Amino acid sequence: MSSRSPAAAAPLAAPSVSRRRPLGRRLRRAAAPYALLLPAAAVIAAVLGYPLYYLVRLSFQHYGLFQLVRHKGESIGTANYAEIFHDSLFWHVVLRTIAFTFACVSLTIVLGTLVALLLTKVGPFIRLLLTAGLIFVWATPVVVAVDIWQWMVDYEFGVANWTLTALHLGDFNHHDWFANPWSGWAVIVSLIVWGAIPFVTITLYAGLTQVSRDLTEAAAIDGASPWRSFRDITLPLLKPIYVILISLSIIWDFQVFNQVWIIRNGSPSTDYYLMSIYAYVESFKISEYGLGSAIALVMVAIMLLISFVYIRQMVRIGDAE
Amino acid sequence: MSSPLAGAPLAGVPARARRRRGGRRGRLGWNALGLAVFALIIFPVYWMIATAFKRGSDIFADTPVWFPIHPTLSNFTDAIHRPHFWADVKNSLIIVGCVVALSLVLAFLAALALAKFRFYGRKAFIVLIIGVQMIPLNALIIPIYLVLAKANQVDKLSGVIITYLTFVLPFTVWTLRGFMIGVPRELEEAAQVDGSTRFGAFVRVLLPLIGPGLVATSIFAFIQAWNEFIMAYVLLHSPEKQTLTVWLASFTTNRGTAWGPLMAGATLTALPVVIFFVAIQRKIAFGLTAGAVRG
Repeated sequence: MSSRSPAAAAPLAAPSVSRRRPLGRRLRRAAAPYALLLPAAAVIAAVLGYPLYYLVRLSFQHYGLFQLVRHKGESIGTANYAEIFHDSLFWHVVLRTIAFTFACVSLTIVLGTLVALLLTKVGPFIRLLLTAGLIFVWATPVVVAVDIWQWMVDYEFGVANWTLTALHLGDFNHHDWFANPWSGWAVIVSLIVWGAIPFVTITLYAGLTQVSRDLTEAAAIDGASPWRSFRDITLPLLKPIYVILISLSIIWDFQVFNQVWIIRNGSPSTDYYLMSIYAYVESFKISEYGLGSAIALVMVAIMLLISFVYIRQMVRIGDAE
Repeated sequence: MSSPLAGAPLAGVPARARRRRGGRRGRLGWNALGLAVFALIIFPVYWMIATAFKRGSDIFADTPVWFPIHPTLSNFTDAIHRPHFWADVKNSLIIVGCVVALSLVLAFLAALALAKFRFYGRKAFIVLIIGVQMIPLNALIIPIYLVLAKANQVDKLSGVIITYLTFVLPFTVWTLRGFMIGVPRELEEAAQVDGSTRFGAFVRVLLPLIGPGLVATSIFAFIQAWNEFIMAYVLLHSPEKQTLTVWLASFTTNRGTAWGPLMAGATLTALPVVIFFVAIQRKIAFGLTAGAVRG
């Protein structure tokens, strides 16, 4: 906005004739942004646009090992979709992916908010320490994080089993966390939430410091409980931040692949399938690339539906600038 | 907003004093809680580093050894002498270097157009740039693999470099644009009034101002490419052509993991990322949610 105002004011002050430039130069100026954009646009079209188009085409083809050798699929119409929509495992996996995303996102947002509020309460030294810790966790690469958690919950020498046994929470001696899918998923969700909390916390804390202290203090004097003042003052003020954080978290958690894949050593049982894993296994393990593409495309569709809110918000911000 | 306080100064003072006294004891409690949360959050990272420096007998102990009392570097020497470690480090560096350089040049031009020009189709391109970042890579890996197989680019670093542009380039365009918008147009205009050409104004005014933004963006691009797993896992088959993340993940495939060397390898893989990340952390948070507060 501010960048536009000087330009808008100028024509009134300056005589328009003197501002008129030769036609050639004006044309060049008009073409400049397109010329600048062209290389990036061409590369994006080639590396993203074409594969996306190809994914759609693949989902209507039979593409097995034979077709892989010939580099050519066989068109079979909507048979792939008919097959997955009649596959009870597929619906199971879709529901599981949604439930998993919901668990991860809600835990991340709630715990992230609590830690951010804690940051406003502690002294400067503890705040520095906690922030530094969060940044280290944030910086930890996903593959590294998975290895660490795998080691911590190792059935034989894992520190988790020992600690839980020592705390008399039960006998966890040689407990295999992945034998039961529920406890296995609990480990995976913890790992993902642990990795996601820093970004949410640090962003929310930055937002919280913007909320005027006068407002919450005035509310406290008027007798509002901390919870009410959080709900009625802080939350509405931070709503735009929450919209972005929640949409980003949904987008990230819905497509989780690495954490599950690596923690199950590259061969998860069907109890550990998410949509991304199901599509991967169908394609690269069973060599049914057409079926895998159909699953992947359903995933992309759900994803774009979810991220509509986020994109709209980001475009609005991009426009305001 | 402060009027209730100003209106009743006499009533306000004792209340405030009481709050402060209670506040000191409260602060102590909050600090203790903060310390506990810190310990809980940092523990996995600590445990990785501690394990990496422990002797084998301390790693495989019935009661956990909480601190490496007998520190050793043998896990690190074991890790770096494993087959293909150095080849995979080199591959990671080549891939990351090419991806960062390519996307920085392409994104710089595109970001310049988006930030400094108003033209027909600008908004559409912005929607496109944000939208394509929502497409799950796990879905695109299927067609990308088949296309690269047809083009004979599987198991080659060049194929992975092209593939990494799918997620690094759109992100780089968006972030660089954010940094360029931060430069006030008045500065460029002033330089032009002083007799510089548009290009001269650009080089002397804009470039130094967005320098830090360029550095931060390239570091973040570096981190993303360095951490990537699934694309490299699918596209690179030969162990001497893989990247460091694939090397690290392959540690665990056999029964009976060598936890000490694995944790040492994990520490080494994380090290460059952590150093870079800490250096530009503030800018990353800015880049991801830029303008959210104003929205």
